[in-house]
Amino acid sequence: MSANAHGPSEALKGLVRRQYFWGIVAIALLLLVNLIKDPGYLAVSIGSSGNLVGNVIDILRAAAPIILIAVGMCLVVATGGIDLSVGSVMVVAGAVSMEFLKGAPDTVGSGLAAIGLVVVVSAALGAVNGALVSVVGLQPFISTLVIMLAGRGLAKVITGGQNTSATNETFRWIANGYVLGLPVVFLLALLLAVAMGLLVRRSALGLMLEAIGMDAKAARLAGVNRRALLFTVYILGGVLAGFAGVFATASVMTVDVSRTGYQLELDAILAVVIGGTSLAGGKFNITGAVVGAILIATLDKTVVFLGVSSSATPAFKAVVIVVLCLLQSERVRRMFRQRRAAGAARPAEREVVAA
Amino acid sequence: MPESLPIVEMAGISISFPGVKALDAVGLRLFPGEVHTLMGENGAGKSTLIKALTGVYKIDEGEIRIAGEPRRLSGTADAQSAGISTVYQEVNLCANLTIGENVMLGHEVRGAAGINWRATHRAAGATLEKLGLGHLNPKQPLATLPLAVQQLVAISRSMVAKCKVLILDEPTSSLDANEVEQLFTVMRGLRDQGVAILFVSHFLDQVYAISDRLTVLRNGRFEGEYRTHELDRAQLISKMIGKDIAALKSLGAKASRRARPDAEPLYSAKGISRKGAIDEVDIDLHRGEVVGLAGLLGSGRTELARLIYGADRPDTGEVTMNGEKAEISTPAKALARRIAFSSENRRDEGIVRDLSVRENLVLAVQARRGWARPLPRREQDAIVEKYMSALGVRPADPERPVRLLSGGNQQKVLLGRWLATEPDILILDEPTRGIDVGAKAEIQEYVSVLADEGLSVLFISSEIEEVVRQSDRIIVLKDHRKIAELEGGQGVSAESIVTVIAEDGLGDPSADAAVREEVTT
Repeated sequence: MSANAHGPSEALKGLVRRQYFWGIVAIALLLLVNLIKDPGYLAVSIGSSGNLVGNVIDILRAAAPIILIAVGMCLVVATGGIDLSVGSVMVVAGAVSMEFLKGAPDTVGSGLAAIGLVVVVSAALGAVNGALVSVVGLQPFISTLVIMLAGRGLAKVITGGQNTSATNETFRWIANGYVLGLPVVFLLALLLAVAMGLLVRRSALGLMLEAIGMDAKAARLAGVNRRALLFTVYILGGVLAGFAGVFATASVMTVDVSRTGYQLELDAILAVVIGGTSLAGGKFNITGAVVGAILIATLDKTVVFLGVSSSATPAFKAVVIVVLCLLQSERVRRMFRQRRAAGAARPAEREVVAA
Repeated sequence: MPESLPIVEMAGISISFPGVKALDAVGLRLFPGEVHTLMGENGAGKSTLIKALTGVYKIDEGEIRIAGEPRRLSGTADAQSAGISTVYQEVNLCANLTIGENVMLGHEVRGAAGINWRATHRAAGATLEKLGLGHLNPKQPLATLPLAVQQLVAISRSMVAKCKVLILDEPTSSLDANEVEQLFTVMRGLRDQGVAILFVSHFLDQVYAISDRLTVLRNGRFEGEYRTHELDRAQLISKMIGKDIAALKSLGAKASRRARPDAEPLYSAKGISRKGAIDEVDIDLHRGEVVGLAGLLGSGRTELARLIYGADRPDTGEVTMNGEKAEISTPAKALARRIAFSSENRRDEGIVRDLSVRENLVLAVQARRGWARPLPRREQDAIVEKYMSALGVRPADPERPVRLLSGGNQQKVLLGRWLATEPDILILDEPTRGIDVGAKAEIQEYVSVLADEGLSVLFISSEIEEVVRQSDRIIVLKDHRKIAELEGGQGVSAESIVTVIAEDGLGDPSADAAVREEVTT
């Protein structure tokens, strides 16, 4: 689409037409609010070891796990499905890695081995989702709800109900380290998101997923292998959630079996919707999901920064998201446009909203 | 009958969409107690005109008078309060409610303690009775009825709403002859009660059987309004397509039998069957021939095609291709063996509505390659270029979502998708249903060309004449069985196929009646 944009003004127009444009606007507005409260909010300084330090950097760090699960969710949603299990896969990933590292020497090797283990376990959980959805034919909502509930239990079994801690410098570096002055987690998340974007758009995976999400019957008759594709997508979603689990636990090197990844599936779904992907399936937008994830991280940080009391936090978040969804709604926008047009030209004309 | 005043008078209606003038000063008059047919090719503006009358689209210019009074219709509710009811091609009813509840929805009989369901169902029964549907039990769930009867229920519903104008948008495209007759009985009943009926259909026989008056549209313009008996079919068709009909007539002539195909069949199935769909059937397909499947609706035509394509898995039977045993249990496997299947259900099983024309065209080719090997843009463009021009897809914009195309052009895109897979066997299930005369002729001609080029085509149509005209060999199905296989050629006509079906069904009068209906031309 952006290929036919000519010149910067055309590109800008293209951006404005994107659904996630309003996500970017919302991020800017939230930052502006913070800036009004504290004029130094956006300041980024160079820390002791040459790393960038500041609120914005904190936001990027916090966005990393949400970006990963949002990208995975985006693909699942494109097929007309949903993956409620991502938060639980995160905690399982955290539990597995912490338990493994607890008994392992503090070396790069064992850090990498832990990540390998996480990939295997989270891919297996994703495969269970995929099997329930594509082979057994259960509703994605129910299938992944099962793993969502079972996953947290599984994590408790793995750690024996404890919040296991471990030490491993490699692991810790992933969460707290810096490359080129930016947090490793954010760079990794961005890298994975870009890799996924290239994977789906450079191959025909994106088209196939959209075809399944738009019209499963027609796609099947066109020879699209729905079963294999659903398997692939849920496994990808699982692995991305596994990485997110590593990010979330590595910063404190402790897995909190009741809170790691808790309700993050909802954040992921929100990020996807804010990014302009319809929950009905079909057309999807990975860039949008990344924007949505960053918005949610910004929102979380803003709530804390503004000192909104913790009991009012969900309500504050809800208001911001409802406003955003209204701004994105084609129908609401049309109503505004028509009101403006009618007010200018023909005040007597009644507006027509197509039924 | 003296000319009464029109209940609906649309004059000088113009509607523009971005870049297109969909309607240009079109007029339409509907008289009480008349069936008025709106004729035109796909894209002629029929749907747009109907949507203007039902308040879905706002008109840019022109005037709508209802019962003599100028009305501005904004929204379907407005149209309904003006007494205009619409029954669409796809039934808009609640399948999980009972027949009675559907008929009376919004008009339930109320008593002191809320809705009086007994009286409501009684009222529903009375309405159904009036339309000759007295055999239906109002307490039966709607979902248990066949689609055709559901459509009749939808029409009864508009009776309850006390409509003065009833719009039937292609109500017959999925009905068999019996059901069409039932629908016509209902329509005549309504007409005699003074309802003005606007009817849209692509079946000329039906148009001539039911309508009193015709309005012809072409390219968004008004071609004329005629009394049906004053305009013969040839004239009507030439008005609709705006060109000489010699081309159509030449297609009407029986195509000469193609050269005897080589002895070894390309595809051969022995005793394939699926429970509840089709009994054991043998079928051979050769290169360069068109095999027709003839039979009434529900005879197992589509079911057989789906088995061959692997859309449904056969329970029994053996398939050989080029003399080798082949297992075709999924569409993907069929495509890998160069079999393509264009479903009769274009909307749900054919095109993917929200994808662009280009994406729809390449979908099957891409699916066969697998997602990991994307089709380079250059090759996509080549496919798009080739089939959009070969099939005459209009408008020629490959990036347009396919849902914005007319039915005939969607069908062409679908045909292009299957041809792009370079199939050896092409199964076409009702490729010409619900599309206009012009596109129909183009597709029929293209099928002949393909067979001449060596493709093996399995052609299914509910129009027996069309099957006869297209096919070199005809397999006749009845009640999920193959009852005959006829060599095409001079000796075979629609009549001979009908005789085969009728004689097989001796002692089954209803089948006989259906056959006679379908053949009366």
